[in-house]
Amino acid sequence: MTMALITYKEAVRQAMQEEMRRDENVFLLGEDVGVYGGAFGVSLGMVEEFGEERVRDTPISEGVIAGAAAGAAVTGLRPIAEIMFSDFITIAMDSLVNQAAKMRYMFGGKAKVPMVLRMPGGSGTGAAAQHSQSLEAWLVHVPGLKVVMPSTPYDVKGLLKTAIRDDNPVVFIETKTVYNKKGEVPEEDYVIPFGVADVKRVGRDVTVFATGVMVHRSLEAAEILAKEGIDVEVIDPRTLVPFDKETLVKSVIKTGKLIIVHEACKRGGFGGEVAAEVMESEAFDYLDAPIKRVAGKNNPIPYCMELEKSAVPQVDDIVNAVREIV
Amino acid sequence: MGDVTKEQLLDFYKTMLTIRKFEDKAAELFAAGRLPGFVHLYSGEEAVATGVCASLTNKDYITSTHRGHGHLIAKGGQVDKMMAELFAKVTGYCKGRGGSMHIADVDLGILGANGIVGAGQPIAVGAAFANQYLKNDAVSVCFFGDAASNRGTFHEALNLASVWKLPVIFVCENNRFGISMNQKDHMNIVDVSQRAISYGIPGVTIDGNDVAAVYETAKDAISRARKGEGPSLIECKTWRHYGHFQGDAGLYKDAQEQEEWLKKDPILKLEEKLKVLKFAKDTELKEIQQQIQGQIDAAVEFAENSPEPSPEDVLADVYAP
Repeated sequence: MTMALITYKEAVRQAMQEEMRRDENVFLLGEDVGVYGGAFGVSLGMVEEFGEERVRDTPISEGVIAGAAAGAAVTGLRPIAEIMFSDFITIAMDSLVNQAAKMRYMFGGKAKVPMVLRMPGGSGTGAAAQHSQSLEAWLVHVPGLKVVMPSTPYDVKGLLKTAIRDDNPVVFIETKTVYNKKGEVPEEDYVIPFGVADVKRVGRDVTVFATGVMVHRSLEAAEILAKEGIDVEVIDPRTLVPFDKETLVKSVIKTGKLIIVHEACKRGGFGGEVAAEVMESEAFDYLDAPIKRVAGKNNPIPYCMELEKSAVPQVDDIVNAVREIV
Repeated sequence: MGDVTKEQLLDFYKTMLTIRKFEDKAAELFAAGRLPGFVHLYSGEEAVATGVCASLTNKDYITSTHRGHGHLIAKGGQVDKMMAELFAKVTGYCKGRGGSMHIADVDLGILGANGIVGAGQPIAVGAAFANQYLKNDAVSVCFFGDAASNRGTFHEALNLASVWKLPVIFVCENNRFGISMNQKDHMNIVDVSQRAISYGIPGVTIDGNDVAAVYETAKDAISRARKGEGPSLIECKTWRHYGHFQGDAGLYKDAQEQEEWLKKDPILKLEEKLKVLKFAKDTELKEIQQQIQGQIDAAVEFAENSPEPSPEDVLADVYAP
């Protein structure tokens, strides 16, 4: 397989381009996704290739962006809708939660809603409380939605292709602070199935389960800890719904210790769900210490960058948590 | 009157009467405690769904509302499968998963009744976009009430439909109430159609109890949409005979106003017209009534004799394979 070194952002763009070349019913809609290229430049150049018919700028109207995507999906197209910041999903919630997610079930299984709602999530850009949230737990809670949260260029490309080909509404949360991070990605067509976690680092002493940007911070923490003789295993679930419980349980049985790291607020966060899954599994008997959650504090994301840093887990927080538990 | 023929008027009559008798039966069943949840009855508004859907085919889409039985029947929904859905049976349109507020059949172009006021508008816009994108000459029609035009989705949807010149017709059934709130208290305009001006699309107000007027107006708007001339807003002034849902006593309604509107019953109006134009005699109308009553009774029998959904299937169809 020939590999190319590209950024996360380029990987997202390539996935969309390749799928749009492959299937003419795939199109992109969203705010400023055309000539402007999207708020983070993800779709830059796409309107030139596919035209305004398939790369559609919309008015600032998230309710109708998500609702029209659902309407177009149930009538035969495969929309990719971009929500400029994941925070704006609040405005699209009825269309997503009460409509798209439930249509198939409510209609007795006689409809499919193949749509992808892409949105950059997370803090770290000094953009304050309305442009920095991590709201994945809300979406995980809704039956009918799939929730994807890739952390690397390789994962984001393979998973976005799967999302576009999936016949269900998929919420695709991009990790905005790694948009410019490079990684190796095959030049050939490939897809990554949903529900398969990736062991980003193999270790034997402690399992660190992390999502989004926290995967990178956990890997950094693992390198620091390696020098102290602590061997950390880092697991990235990649998709939250469906969830690969098996890989996690296997890892916890091996290490006997689990730390869950996410950027979202601890209260009601996905980490609680992960902990409960482990407690209910056969891994419970192998736990040598209480499960620990390293997560965002329960406050809105502040503007001041020093405050912002203190609101969400940093590498040191993960290192310290591991030291406490080992 | 335009070119509405005798056959068309008689067809309209049959459709409107089917809706009315379906609703009368649903009211009776609900009052007897035989249907779960609640039902929002369309009685009094039959001319709107009937007049609009007369110009649609199965390739065209509609989005409906919580008060959706009329739209579904007018769009070709079968009363037996609808009744079975109200009874929560597996033979219902949604296998007993949706109920009155979620009946749908994508093959018939019915993208669902909807339990959320104002939620159909973005969906209708998306379906209209699909039609435009696939260049298939089909249109979508969004039915909604006066109060739904206060939702943000209404404004987002009309605006997007206008700037993208989508083949969608927004049909406001102004029955004067948002649940209990009188239109004069929930908006500061008399005609919802005025709102079209803000989006640069045609908007008209018509008598929603005159099926021929609804038919003519909708036919023009649908034909414009099919030709790529963009969306329209049609406001049909009408009145719901029952309360918001079956069981609501309608205390907020003025008794005299209710009485006046009952005299303007769209079905009575059509019966008079059919007789004045000598298109049908009393005996022929009675025959039609009996025939439709028979269909409704058969639908209830079908529903009653249908199997219940099985609890082990509760997780089926949450996700497409």
